[in-house]
Amino acid sequence: MPMSQAMLNTQAPGPADEKVKRHTISILVQNKFGAFNRIAGLFAAKGYNIDSLSVGPTEDEGVSRMTIVARGDDQIIEQITKQLNKLIDIVKVIDLTFESFVDRELVLVKVHSTNDTRPEIMQIAEIFRAKVVDISPKTLTLEATGSQQKVDAIIKMLKPFAIKEMARTGRVALKREFQGEV
Amino acid sequence: MSRQAHEEESPAAPAGRLMTGAEIFVRSLIAENVEVLFGYPGGATIGVYDALHDISDINHVLTRHEQGATHAAEGYAKATGKPGVVLVTSGPGATNTVTGIADAMMDSIPLVVFTGQVPLRLIGNDAFQEADIVGITRPVTKHNYLVRDVRELAQTIKEAFYIALSGRPGPVLIDLPKDVMAQKTTFDYPGSVTLRNYAPILDGNLRQIRKAAEVINAASRPVLYVGGGAILSNAAPELTALARKLRCPVTTTLHGLGSFPENDPLAMGMLGMHGTWYSNMAVHFCDVLIAVGARFDDRVTGNVDAFAAEAKKIHIDIDPSAISKNVKVDVPIVGDVKRVLAALQDLVNPLETKDWLRTIDAWKDEHPLRYRNGEEIRAQYVIQKLGEITEGNAIVVTDVGQHQMWAAQFFNFAHPRTHITSGGLGTMGFSLPAAMGAVFGRRDLPVISISGDGGFQMNSQEMATIVQHRLPLKIFVINNGFLGMVRQWQELFWRRRYSQVELANPDFVRLAEAYGCTAFRATRTSEVEDVLRKAMAHTDGPVFAEFVVAKEDNVYPMIPAGQTINEMIDTPDPVPGGRNGSGDAIATVEKGKARKVSVHAHVPSNA
Repeated sequence: MPMSQAMLNTQAPGPADEKVKRHTISILVQNKFGAFNRIAGLFAAKGYNIDSLSVGPTEDEGVSRMTIVARGDDQIIEQITKQLNKLIDIVKVIDLTFESFVDRELVLVKVHSTNDTRPEIMQIAEIFRAKVVDISPKTLTLEATGSQQKVDAIIKMLKPFAIKEMARTGRVALKREFQGEV
Repeated sequence: MSRQAHEEESPAAPAGRLMTGAEIFVRSLIAENVEVLFGYPGGATIGVYDALHDISDINHVLTRHEQGATHAAEGYAKATGKPGVVLVTSGPGATNTVTGIADAMMDSIPLVVFTGQVPLRLIGNDAFQEADIVGITRPVTKHNYLVRDVRELAQTIKEAFYIALSGRPGPVLIDLPKDVMAQKTTFDYPGSVTLRNYAPILDGNLRQIRKAAEVINAASRPVLYVGGGAILSNAAPELTALARKLRCPVTTTLHGLGSFPENDPLAMGMLGMHGTWYSNMAVHFCDVLIAVGARFDDRVTGNVDAFAAEAKKIHIDIDPSAISKNVKVDVPIVGDVKRVLAALQDLVNPLETKDWLRTIDAWKDEHPLRYRNGEEIRAQYVIQKLGEITEGNAIVVTDVGQHQMWAAQFFNFAHPRTHITSGGLGTMGFSLPAAMGAVFGRRDLPVISISGDGGFQMNSQEMATIVQHRLPLKIFVINNGFLGMVRQWQELFWRRRYSQVELANPDFVRLAEAYGCTAFRATRTSEVEDVLRKAMAHTDGPVFAEFVVAKEDNVYPMIPAGQTINEMIDTPDPVPGGRNGSGDAIATVEKGKARKVSVHAHVPSNA
């Protein structure tokens, strides 16, 4: 069940607070009635900001993995992970920020195109190894995958052509097997 | 998210007879040794109430309001250490429990609340008396459940009791759809529970305990700052032993009262906004602060940056999220307070604190707790006298406001689980039903409910329950005709603009009598002791006493919200010829000294 990030984006980043960092938190949660709500509710109740949130099944069918990107200083993030750990349905919480990890995000972008601009858009798609997944006389829909920076970059490149609609999955992440030494 | 398929159904159950969900509910409570159930029936729970009808093992107490039921369960749990259990119907029955549940969450009280629910197929339909109580209570419960299959019921109840009582205790709610309670299955109560990520840490990390001992052994001005966790983990003996071994002064939070005897020379009473002058000074100037089962609440710390700023801080708590939540600490120890204190005691040495204790004693002499005393009754005097008459051998259940602070200051608590109040949520209307619940759990000590005239009227309907059961409860109302604490703030910080704080009250004595309760009233200081003695001596059921006290009096000392000890206000000195100049004397009380009232100053009687 992929979740839109938009609904949880409650607040713009604070004014250049240097202690505020972006954290990627990976949560394994039991597939229990209302479990997802508890997590979202915790963020809302404590006033924590979520940048993105994604959730989907894992290799264990009783458990889902939720990846949350949240902003805060170290103390706030420590509180978030502690509070998450208190939820009975949660199996494991890892703040990946302190680990080496791989992360990916997927975006679908529907961009305005004409006969004139279509080749240029396709060229950009190629550079980003994005796929064309839908086409109409007036639009082109691209699918791009990559790190958040890469997704940000393709969106930036497509903006001048007028983006009609866009859907981002939010970040998913896994800890790397080899930490540091490789 | 999909619900997990229920695979482990009927694990070769001994060809037992089939039981309805309602019967399983009752059997499960008996298996959990539940003796008292506070509740109120309704449409969605009618089947459950039918199953309860012939059961003599469980005493069901019919309260007069569901909020009363939850507070009663809280009082029962606080007084006994056992979980308080509540059963109410769906919709309004369920929503009426929310305040009590939130109160229990804030004060870490183990509750298991059962709510009726409309049948599964009607959930989400805006059915009659439907409320999404699981959604509503999610942020104010430790955990909650909606039971969707009767085969999950026994397991769910087992988990709920385990979660409510273990670790940092809290309320757990179970929502019971009417049709699930009518479904049948075999009953097999599970012997134990395993939850995938829930296993509270009980033994503190030994390395951390050693580190704490090192810090303590180097201290010259230590302070033990003790919260409700010490009482929840039954750690009063360990705490007392540690304090005496270290010769370390002890201050407690509101919920820590009773964990350390207040007549001990090391006792400093409560700290914080309305704490004693000397405890706040000691915390400010200490070099090592040992926080025990406390959470650095804003009513304790004031301005967090200035709170024990120079001190090395050790924090012992069973809840990892309580540590470094408000104040960064140097040595955190996650674990059960009782076990950690016991381990710590073996590693610490007696400290040389003579000078430190002398400094604190000087503060005690200069700034004792004090109040004006004269013809007009002072609430402080009522509570102090009550403390003297009972010698601390009573369970005192207070409400919220000025009387609550005065009780905390002047009663002199001596035993754990003898002080019960609503601290975190600050719920007016708590005292009467909570005291009622405490009586159901404890008959070894007299139980005394103290409320203000405002709070008493927020749950006074429980007078009917109390009289019906002829409970030996002492019900005291401190009547100043005001919402006193709000009035105090308006006086001190809002230019005496008394907005909506004056109450027009009924005749409380006649009200109590109408319920069938013996009732007394004292209107002058000279009558107080007599009324208290008569009330305490009353043996035939409940007794009510109203104390008509000075209308405008303030709780001191006071550190205004968010401030530091530099802004601490002590009881003002009497102004000759000022307000209330009616021959009043100033009575003083010092913690950890012989409890006597000495007269410091006389005010000329020419008001």
